[in-house]
Amino acid sequence: MKLFPIPGGIHPEYRKTLASEVAISTLPLPERLHVPLQQHIGAAADPLVGVGERVRKGQLIARGRGVVSASQHAPTSGIVVEIGELTAPHPSGLAQPTIVIEADGQDEWAELPPPIEDPFAASPRAIQERVDASGIVGMGGAAFPSAVKLELGNRHALDILLINGAECEPYLTCDDRVMREHATEVIDGARIMAHALRAERVIVAIEDNKPQALAAMQAVAAKVVGDGPSVEVIGVPVQYPMGSERHLVLAVTGRETPAKKLTADVGVVVHNVGTARAVHHAVRFGRPLIARVVTVSGAAIRQPKNVEVPIGTPVSALLDFCSGFASEPASLVLGGPMMGQPLLSLDVPLVKGSSGVLALTREEVNEQPASTCIRCGSCVEVCPCGLVPLEMAAYIRKDKLKEVAALGVTDCMSCGSCSWVCPSHIPLVHYFNYAKGALAAEAREQRKSELVRVRSEAHQARLEKIAAERAAKRGGAGGNAA
Amino acid sequence: MMMDVGSLTAMGVVLGGVLGAAAHFLKVEENPIEAEIKEMLPGSQCGQCGFVGCAQAAAALAKGEAPVTLCPPGGRAVAEALAKKLGVTADLSAVEDPRDEYAEIAESACIGCTKCLQACSVDAIVGAAKQMHGVIPELCHGCRKCIETCPTNAIHMVEVEPTIATWHWPKPDGEAGAADSTHTHH
Repeated sequence: MKLFPIPGGIHPEYRKTLASEVAISTLPLPERLHVPLQQHIGAAADPLVGVGERVRKGQLIARGRGVVSASQHAPTSGIVVEIGELTAPHPSGLAQPTIVIEADGQDEWAELPPPIEDPFAASPRAIQERVDASGIVGMGGAAFPSAVKLELGNRHALDILLINGAECEPYLTCDDRVMREHATEVIDGARIMAHALRAERVIVAIEDNKPQALAAMQAVAAKVVGDGPSVEVIGVPVQYPMGSERHLVLAVTGRETPAKKLTADVGVVVHNVGTARAVHHAVRFGRPLIARVVTVSGAAIRQPKNVEVPIGTPVSALLDFCSGFASEPASLVLGGPMMGQPLLSLDVPLVKGSSGVLALTREEVNEQPASTCIRCGSCVEVCPCGLVPLEMAAYIRKDKLKEVAALGVTDCMSCGSCSWVCPSHIPLVHYFNYAKGALAAEAREQRKSELVRVRSEAHQARLEKIAAERAAKRGGAGGNAA
Repeated sequence: MMMDVGSLTAMGVVLGGVLGAAAHFLKVEENPIEAEIKEMLPGSQCGQCGFVGCAQAAAALAKGEAPVTLCPPGGRAVAEALAKKLGVTADLSAVEDPRDEYAEIAESACIGCTKCLQACSVDAIVGAAKQMHGVIPELCHGCRKCIETCPTNAIHMVEVEPTIATWHWPKPDGEAGAADSTHTHH
């Protein structure tokens, strides 16, 4: 299959071998599980249970609200002991509404919806509804509700479902292990999703540094027979950020997704391998998304592992299972080292979008004080989005947000290639994260002041109308008397 | 020679006449900048500038009778934009960005007099006579008008706290010796 080059990108040290050869193990059931009502992009779910209530494994405990949202299910059986504001796995360290379940150790399943017997004969709507009811979100990290993405076939003509097995972040090996160990489930889930999207082809793209996963997936794909979408499994070059949705579509199909548009606009929808596996579980067994595979790695981890953890497991329980720290970590990260977020507390739960927990040593982090920009242009060369990081950062330093928006900062996907390559160690991506946040805040303020303006005009108009009516009445009354 | 002088004179007379007529018939009644300034102001009629509403403030600004720093809810952004529009230099160092606040009514102290309801220019307060009143935080724009009207001092301002949905990364500290950091001091 012909591949297409993607612009920019870097070749960091991958360090995947720390965990890549460790088979997926299952975490012993933690005593308490913290299930946040919002683990996804969109609106938080509405809780359906009360404190003191017993819940069973897989039971719906919070229902998604609105179009873009996702439901939450009990990861095990137990008692709801608290519904309150608990620290979120978020770089702000702020709290968010969370359901706390004390496990009773029985791990007793609730009654699950029946399997969809022949998914390829079922309507796309039925598959979408099942995925929605199962609380599935994108497991590559962005955690966008998958059912919403499966509805793209209703409005767009799609020909390809691209399954993202690139896993281009250093250290992370959870997708690699899932493909090696559960290739059948991933490919079945992928074909079901393609059916829901009305796409005829499934292409699974895996970076060439995962030969075992490639072989395992290709072996299963070769055995696919009968009705339903076809499956091809292809290797793609090792180049960060190959796993970015838009870049993977470009590399595999040669189609470039315009800024502010979706890959669906060029006929392709992208889903992660973990998501495909979750869809398989939901459709074939009626099981909601209540667990995921997480990579625990970094030189400061005593025993790097790939672990299947119940959603809501505190990070500390997972670290204990990996025998804790070998040395004092200089940095704790949730997700990959390039796009992950700092982990501020070990009490926060692992959620549907958590792909990794990394404990990095000082040598691995290699943090150095920033110095002057020498205008070498390295950041311009590596930017996969064709932006000019050094210029954008210079504007942001001077708070010129309008100018930096015109330069396209909102097209930055925060891959961190510019920060990685910068010889002066300028935290470029931090500038862009700030600018994107500040621009979003400005837009929110703009909407609010528009609302205020409209409402105050309406208020004014009403007062004038009332005054006019009163005057008319007075005038009328006077006339009668005379 | 006479032809040249004649034609140029004729052109001058005709074009002059056209311009004169245009000035007469297309005369601009109102200072156009006034409308533009009105558009730049928040339009919430909060009255914090001392004028009755934004239109009156815009008129004063257009005549140069009010400082560009007059609008508290507009903050630095509006002051800067006004200064640019009016071509004036102003000391903006004292202009603070408005704090994100909303009004809250203490249930125990509210007597249901409806004074605040009537004062609210965006109808963000709900309630009825002799019933407790409440503020809808999403609609309140923090003008504080209601506070002054309350006979029982039941209203106070609450700062809007960041949530996970609104939080964003702060601006990085300027790196030591960064290319332009030495020139950023105003």
